[in-house]
Amino acid sequence: MTEQEIAERVKKIMVEEFELKEEILVPTASLYDELGLDSLDSVDLVVALEREFSFKVVRNLDEEKIRAIRQLKDIHEFIMEKQKAMQGEPK
Amino acid sequence: MASVKVVITGVGAVSPFGIGFPRMMDALYAGSSAVVSLKEQWENEVKGLNCWVGAPLKERLPSQEIPRQYRRTMGPTALMAVFAAKEAIAGAGIPHAVFSNGRTGVSFSSTTGSAASLTAYFKEYFEGAFVKNVSSGGFFQVMSHTCAANIAHFLNIRGRVISPDAACSSSAQAIGMGYEAIKYGIQDMMLCGGADELNAIVCGSFDLLNATSCRYNGTPNETPRPFDRDRDGTVCGEGAGCVVLESEESALARGASILAEVAGFSTSSDGSHLAQPHSASIAQCMREALASAHMAPEKVDYISAHATGTLLGDAAEAQAIHEVFGGGRPAVSSLKGHMGHTLGASGVLELSASFKMMNDGILIPTLNLKTPGEGCEDIDHVTELRKCRINAFAKNSFAFGGINSVIIIKRYGADND
Repeated sequence: MTEQEIAERVKKIMVEEFELKEEILVPTASLYDELGLDSLDSVDLVVALEREFSFKVVRNLDEEKIRAIRQLKDIHEFIMEKQKAMQGEPK
Repeated sequence: MASVKVVITGVGAVSPFGIGFPRMMDALYAGSSAVVSLKEQWENEVKGLNCWVGAPLKERLPSQEIPRQYRRTMGPTALMAVFAAKEAIAGAGIPHAVFSNGRTGVSFSSTTGSAASLTAYFKEYFEGAFVKNVSSGGFFQVMSHTCAANIAHFLNIRGRVISPDAACSSSAQAIGMGYEAIKYGIQDMMLCGGADELNAIVCGSFDLLNATSCRYNGTPNETPRPFDRDRDGTVCGEGAGCVVLESEESALARGASILAEVAGFSTSSDGSHLAQPHSASIAQCMREALASAHMAPEKVDYISAHATGTLLGDAAEAQAIHEVFGGGRPAVSSLKGHMGHTLGASGVLELSASFKMMNDGILIPTLNLKTPGEGCEDIDHVTELRKCRINAFAKNSFAFGGINSVIIIKRYGADND
């Protein structure tokens, strides 16, 4: 999946789950300051991402990376990384 | 301890008749019934019910009016509560700054946080012993103080938040505890009330205790029948009600319209049985409420009965009223014939309707009461719209768990003598 495809699917989650307007969902948008998400939303965001991209967030492994996410583009990067890791996993 | 006079300055209602206090009053005055058949809907949700009627909210709540960050923690019960609170505070004309001054609180409750949200929550769990897919708002929708907490959050209220969950007596207790918080000078203003949603599982809980009406599934308008010879149980409804309680000093200082005065309150336990009504302890609770109001029984002109249409409960209440007040007076009616039993909301919805009746000088009769049943005969039933002057009334509210609550309301400015 390309970064563009990932970005579109993340955008769809943001619109459907968090009722955000599409036009403000630029890659540099800050999740907390600009998009108004909070700690409860971050829980729901992880669940939505897991469902949409068919991966599992592993608490010990991914926790710091999740916490470091600030902008929309950080989510895109995190998903790309997860996908790469999944491709490297034995089938 | 010095006590403060407590008045009511705002009212809001989400009733089976729709959104808004005026809509509820119009339907009550018109003698309408909100009870309908729910067989088609419930048959897919639950098996083995005997009662297939209920009094659901007739319209959808415009939930999108509540911003997402507030709405996500509200199940249907809390949503109805917030809409009732919004109407009450708008009517009371309360400046928004008052909410965060620490002297304004919330006393609001329900039987459960939300039957629908609980079902969704545990469906996830039972299907995979897994709760990961429950949304982060799920817990806040099902917690027992969801109404009080969500109202406080939505309005940025900083005072005390109380949720005296007591099933069908929830809102009566909530009003009583809000009243006491103001009476003893702890708060200046309290948003008080209760809510509950209608759900097949809620009806099922009453059904398994043989407390529901099941002979009128084909003629829903004819049930429940409080105090009537042919009553056969209660009918569950849903809704939310909110009253703004305020110290007289606060209300006068801001030039608020005063709708009524809360004169007294008592709540007590049967101490004998969790489900079976107990006439003597109902009578005792009414006496204690009168004592709290420093009011003689003969000064009470009307009783808004709890009477849900059950065989034992209505008779126990009628006998208790007769014991405390004697025969002939005061006038008695139950509004459950119109709205069904709105459970945690019933106390506040019926109390609110009653002070409107008091201020209008008209009593609304008990719908579906044709011939009083055995044990219910010796009180003055209102069987048609009755014009009369009411200076004070009692609101009775009882609940499973052996809970009794009685609130005494009087016309603002009326003497107790």
